[in-house]
Amino acid sequence: MIPRYQTVLFVLLLAASVIMTVLLWRQLDRAHQHMLEGQSSAPTQAPLVAPAESATLMVASDADGSLQPRVLSLPLPSLDANPGARARAILGRLLDLYAAGDSAHPVPGGAASIEQVYLLPEPANDSSPSNSGPGATSNKNAPNGSQLAVVNLSGSFAASHPSGIETETLTVLSICATLHANLPRVGSVRFLVDGQQHDTLAGHADLTRTYLTSQAVPVEGVTP
Amino acid sequence: MRWTEPVARVDERRRLAVTQITGCPILATYLFLWLGWGTILCNPAPSLAQAPQPPHYTVVLDAAHGGDDTGGHSGNWAEKDTTLALSVRLRSLLAARGIAVVTTREANTNIDPVHRDELANHANAQACISLHASLSGTGVHLFTSSLPPAQPARIQPWRTAQAPFINRSLSLAGVLNSALQHAGLHVILGRTSMPVVDSMACPAIAIEMSPEGVPGGSDHTAVDSLNDADYQARVAEAIAAAIVEWRSPASGTGAQQP
Repeated sequence: MIPRYQTVLFVLLLAASVIMTVLLWRQLDRAHQHMLEGQSSAPTQAPLVAPAESATLMVASDADGSLQPRVLSLPLPSLDANPGARARAILGRLLDLYAAGDSAHPVPGGAASIEQVYLLPEPANDSSPSNSGPGATSNKNAPNGSQLAVVNLSGSFAASHPSGIETETLTVLSICATLHANLPRVGSVRFLVDGQQHDTLAGHADLTRTYLTSQAVPVEGVTP
Repeated sequence: MRWTEPVARVDERRRLAVTQITGCPILATYLFLWLGWGTILCNPAPSLAQAPQPPHYTVVLDAAHGGDDTGGHSGNWAEKDTTLALSVRLRSLLAARGIAVVTTREANTNIDPVHRDELANHANAQACISLHASLSGTGVHLFTSSLPPAQPARIQPWRTAQAPFINRSLSLAGVLNSALQHAGLHVILGRTSMPVVDSMACPAIAIEMSPEGVPGGSDHTAVDSLNDADYQARVAEAIAAAIVEWRSPASGTGAQQP
């Protein structure tokens, strides 16, 4: 026979567990909403009061599979104060060009497709097996102080990106090359989609690997 | 003299049967007591009595996507259908030229990328072609893996299995580029990172067929171009010609290299 006080204690503990679960779930949901609100309120474009600076965009063309530099004057956040926001503003301008009607590399989405750009110190080079896979390709030639850029793309951008090896590769390479042109310390780039690792951009280009900006050279175009 | 002739004949049969052991061990051993049958049931293996034959030449055709994975799509058009049609057409052309072909799919089925690579790597092929189609761009796009070249190793990581074959893949891309341009097609060469190609342990190319003509046309025009039987036939013929050229030892292209 179970004593009455043990039964009461068990019921109380069970009720407390349920209440704590509900509270935890609501707090988690609230934190997620708070993060999304902060994300949407973050500037997708640099404020117009910022001083205009020149930025080099590596613009892709589907016709010949090339990347061509285009220098534009843009209001950009300070490189020292907020390099991530500066990178986001530059990449946003690049994707705005692709979303324009007369683009040589049409991709819908525009600046809002770049959700965040994080600039991190590049992982230390070592020859351990854990750092040698292609998914974790380290930039062994990177100088000290080089950075890894993590570009978080929106899910809608990946879902609406035209499917194809050439068009997906050009998008990835143009982002890498543009980052390297404007932030020379960026030695490698990784991509996320909605904060998660994504296998491919739109069925072809691998997004699980680390791209080295030194290799994001213009695709060789050959015409008959 | 009357007995020497049958003995010599038996010796000849025994020697022939022994030579079969390398090519067809179980059958040849089983038939060892019935000398002579091995020459009928087994493919002849190289022996001192026979001229050395060239290595078996095999090409893998990987029609990308399939089943639930449509690849690119617009209206009623799906990339998976165009890649399969091109694969079937190319398989026939290569078979007619005496080239053994291994295909990763023959129907509208979804094949796991790892399984595609397993099929390709077990085929011990001299060329692996991953076929794609896209509404973007124009002409034919040839992509090789962007992995850095590496020396062959006894154990090669799966995701970088293509690395020791990069130089030969680039040679194959050059041969394909010449053949396609000779056929009057617009060609773009590039490097990319695709899991299926990066894991192929053979000279590998991803070929993407895009609409012929001026870029920037409507999807409807692009779909018509990709579905054009004449365009598909020209692309397939050019690829087949390039693979035949790649096989030729005189081309010095690297197909004969180990």
